[in-house]
Amino acid sequence: MTDDLGDLYQEVILEHSKAPRNFKRLESANRHADGYNPLCGDRCSVFIDYEGEAIKEIGFQGSGCAISRASASMMTQMMKGKTREEALKLFEQFHSLVTGKEDVAVNAVDLGKLKVFAGVSKFPARVKCATLAWHTLQSALEGKQEAVSTE
Amino acid sequence: MTTAVHQTGFGSAALDVERIKCDFPILDQKIHGKKLVYLDNAATSQKPRAVIDAIVRYYEHDNANIHRGVHTLSVRATEAHDEARETVRRFIQAADAGEIIFVRGATEAVNLVAQTYGRANVGEGDEVLITAMEHHSNIVPWQMLCEEKGARLVVAPINDTGELDLDAFEKLLSSRTRIVAVAHVSNALGTVNPVRKIVQLAHAHDVPVLVDGAQAVPHLPVDVQALGCDFYAFSGHKVYGPTGIGVLYGKEEILAEMPPYQGGGDMISSVTFEKTTYNVVPYKFEAGTPDIAGAIGLGAALDYISRLGMDRIAAHEHDLLVYATEQVGAIPGVRLIGTASERAGVLSFVMEGVHPHDLGTILDRDGIAIRTGHHCAQPVMERFGIPATARASFAVYNTRQDVDALIEGIRKAHEVFA
Repeated sequence: MTDDLGDLYQEVILEHSKAPRNFKRLESANRHADGYNPLCGDRCSVFIDYEGEAIKEIGFQGSGCAISRASASMMTQMMKGKTREEALKLFEQFHSLVTGKEDVAVNAVDLGKLKVFAGVSKFPARVKCATLAWHTLQSALEGKQEAVSTE
Repeated sequence: MTTAVHQTGFGSAALDVERIKCDFPILDQKIHGKKLVYLDNAATSQKPRAVIDAIVRYYEHDNANIHRGVHTLSVRATEAHDEARETVRRFIQAADAGEIIFVRGATEAVNLVAQTYGRANVGEGDEVLITAMEHHSNIVPWQMLCEEKGARLVVAPINDTGELDLDAFEKLLSSRTRIVAVAHVSNALGTVNPVRKIVQLAHAHDVPVLVDGAQAVPHLPVDVQALGCDFYAFSGHKVYGPTGIGVLYGKEEILAEMPPYQGGGDMISSVTFEKTTYNVVPYKFEAGTPDIAGAIGLGAALDYISRLGMDRIAAHEHDLLVYATEQVGAIPGVRLIGTASERAGVLSFVMEGVHPHDLGTILDRDGIAIRTGHHCAQPVMERFGIPATARASFAVYNTRQDVDALIEGIRKAHEVFA
């Protein structure tokens, strides 16, 4: 693999794509949204059990490439216990990370393991793969009814 | 494994593909440090020097508006534009240059027919018959028409190899069918449809047929009179010409009866505020200053491939497709999507454990360009129960070495995800 490819398909990303965590329809969910990338046909559904002021439980389902599955999987791991504001702030940081924005390094401490997605910034065509689950999460948190699209 | 791919008459001598490659300046470059291997020709083909030069020459020497001026440049531009129309006529064997309408591309051609012929002839309770392998551009314009008119869009099924079910198609032709619209070659599966047979069946019911030839014209000799179709649509950019130019062929007697498409200059004979008299075909359908340079570029492209010979191009691409089908099909975990007995130009496949999008990225880092996704044919993806495929599509400048590079790249992707 070239260095760029190695940066994109890091071991942890490949591992999550093969065995995604929280890959389930959540029966207890009180918030839910569907996401769709019309360019590649990837689909993602996010289920959230939101109690009090925080995400108590989260799950996702869908079909997509390794990047989108791994991103969804690792996102769900990071989300448990987060408030809506914390979740949306993390999305903002994640978005900056995968689009290669300079200021990320400053706030990167919050991103933790998600920093493995930094390699995506060298593949502009793949940013939407990495962010599909996050757009869907945002939609679920905002209680939108319509399916969210990456376009 | 064996496969029979669409065959046409073989030319007397094989093409010198390495020399042809040199005619395409864009191919002489490296992508991520690797020699470019362009296998996304079904999306758009690259342009030979002859086309680029024709466009440059037009703008440097002949540019003027057509049909308007008495000055020399306008005469030259008009002649060059007329000549391009005649080149198109000859290329698809139409009876008269007046049957060649310049449009933006195959999509606009289908929309033109739906919005003119369709609106005039399709009414409430009527039916438009298409197939399950159509590109979105041969679905949505008909859907829009049916919605407006209260008509029904009827879809003829395809089988597991990606072939049209002709018996089912015939049964779906009814006294309510007003038009049939069908791809000549499927962009997602490569299937070559038996267009002559389809036209015979439809005409037996007095139903006209539009053929979407966007994926056929680059790969097969096309003779619209032999096919017998009423309309034939294709895009310039898929047949080595520029983007923004395309062709709608229509039988003269049908075009003459059709209402105009857009209003404006060039499509009129006379205008007063009370009444406008429309121009004759094809000008009736060409409002406004057309893409003159685009038409000239398309003419140059068709001249270029005519010199190579469509039979020889078809034979060369047939050889490539057979080779690619055998080699790619033999890779463990690969499933070919579209295994019709007659195919042209396209190899579509999915890989166990590797999403097409990931494969596309890995191949790109080796300089190999393929298309991944639903190929603007979502109903086809649904038919095969997959969200997307990887698609390698061939052109005259591709070689067996290009296929070998593809196979090497696929193996690499397999290793990454193993």
